[in-house]
Amino acid sequence: MATKRTTEKKVALTGGFAVGEALRQINPDVMAVYPITPQTPIVEAFAKKVADGLADTEIIKVESEHSAMSACIGASASGARVMTASSSQGIMYMMEVIPVAAAMHLPIVMVVANRAISGTINIHNDHSDAMAMRDFGWVQIFSESVQEAYDDVFLSLKLAEKVSLPVAPNLDGFFITHTVENMTLLSDETVKKFVGEYQPKNYLFNFSEPVTFGPLTLPDSYMDIREELYQTMKKVPETFREITREFAEISGREYDFVEKYKLEGAEKVIVAMGSIAGTIKEAIDNLEKKGIKVGLLKIKMFRPFPYKEVAEALREAKDVVVMDKNLSMGAKQVLEGDVFQAVGDKKKIRSVVYGLGGRDVFVKEIEELIGG
Amino acid sequence: MKRYEIIIHGRGGQGAKTSAELLAQAGLKSGLFVQAFPEFGPERSGAPVRTFVRWDDKFIHSHEPVVAPEVILILDDTLLKTKTVLQNIHLANLVVINSGKSSFELEKEIVQALNLVEELKGKIISIDASGIAREIIGQNRANTVILGRFAKETDKINVNNLAEAFREKYLAKIGEDLTEKNIRAMRMAAGVGDVSGQEQINN
Repeated sequence: MATKRTTEKKVALTGGFAVGEALRQINPDVMAVYPITPQTPIVEAFAKKVADGLADTEIIKVESEHSAMSACIGASASGARVMTASSSQGIMYMMEVIPVAAAMHLPIVMVVANRAISGTINIHNDHSDAMAMRDFGWVQIFSESVQEAYDDVFLSLKLAEKVSLPVAPNLDGFFITHTVENMTLLSDETVKKFVGEYQPKNYLFNFSEPVTFGPLTLPDSYMDIREELYQTMKKVPETFREITREFAEISGREYDFVEKYKLEGAEKVIVAMGSIAGTIKEAIDNLEKKGIKVGLLKIKMFRPFPYKEVAEALREAKDVVVMDKNLSMGAKQVLEGDVFQAVGDKKKIRSVVYGLGGRDVFVKEIEELIGG
Repeated sequence: MKRYEIIIHGRGGQGAKTSAELLAQAGLKSGLFVQAFPEFGPERSGAPVRTFVRWDDKFIHSHEPVVAPEVILILDDTLLKTKTVLQNIHLANLVVINSGKSSFELEKEIVQALNLVEELKGKIISIDASGIAREIIGQNRANTVILGRFAKETDKINVNNLAEAFREKYLAKIGEDLTEKNIRAMRMAAGVGDVSGQEQINN
């Protein structure tokens, strides 16, 4: 951590612009895009930089999200560094090909600006889109702030290319994409050094070692290939830790599978992910002033789920409130279920569904939720 | 410094979003932690819009909405009678309104609309921002004038920081002449005289 970071720049940017700036600094080979709110400012910011000659990425303007992901898959299989961004109905429309990217082990990074899904129509934020794509072999991480959303783009790219899996960094639509916050930009050189030149492992344009992507697999092999994907996901945490350690050295910012805020010794703990974590931190600070000790366990890496770290972090907790920003129909809630799997029935777990379709959540409400 | 919150009311196209961003960037220049965000949703020209600003001397973690701000800036006085604009207006310490009416008249309107028996808590300032903007800038860019007038009332930021933020955002977009005119209007509303030019702004 002794590295001098004299070249970094303190600014105030929206999440959308910050992610667009991260994309410029990475300068990927290909970006296939189709606009959708609230992802729009990301691609808008980046496309402007490309138009200004600040990046030479091949932007493919496709006619739908299904085509966007298909183009990403084709470009990635051919050996290019590929990124895209989407939201909500865009994710739903590309759903047919989302699992294909993972099954082919393609290191595509898709930034997801989280938004509710139809119907009824709603363009505001919740995590329903992320939940819809959670079981197919995409790594999913969540950011709390503009700074984290920016940093996550670099972490995601490096992770994707090291583990040969697609990665989706998630940032809350509007709450992060459209909100100006203080943050620090890395220098272009630092980013270049961190992400490095992309060396694809297997790719179609490698004519000396021909490979097949996505062939027909019958009952004699399909299940083995799924199992292999499952095992690959298990290797993600170790690599993520290496990458976050390296990132801490260049940025001074430390990330892990989970973040613990005033958690030590807390019997009351809130588990949540995304921008709400910031609101919860303020509620916790307020409660602390009143003599009520509450901790936050923020889930940074959602898939693969960090069961071990969650179980350890909640060891001393007696009252655990798990906050889900989506509503799973006819079942326990997703994060609630994950936390339950991690800790077993030893804890009292309360489930709270919040913020669907952009419904406001106030610091005071969180205080009331757990402070009583 | 205690958390300081601002709401800007305007109509789509009047610069409420730009104003919030300029206040955030000016805050950053004053060494503050900032947040600025629009009322989330589709943007429609002419429809009422709100934008929000937070300043603090600590990093702002919360993503909760702003509901009872210290300061309310209103870019269009035809919005004054709407429920959204009147909400918590009596709790604000400062309300700056773009209007041809007097501050006294506007205060009376607000008190009547809210059925208040007492006086308003804060100071109501009426300024013919559109008129000033038309005269100095040659366009109805009331928001720069309103921001200047607000800068006069607060010690959190100063008009030089605002002017610098404006220059950074707009110089390439609208050119030297219009940028300087906007800054002149801003500085005049801030009561730092009818001066313009790089030297004064960098003071």
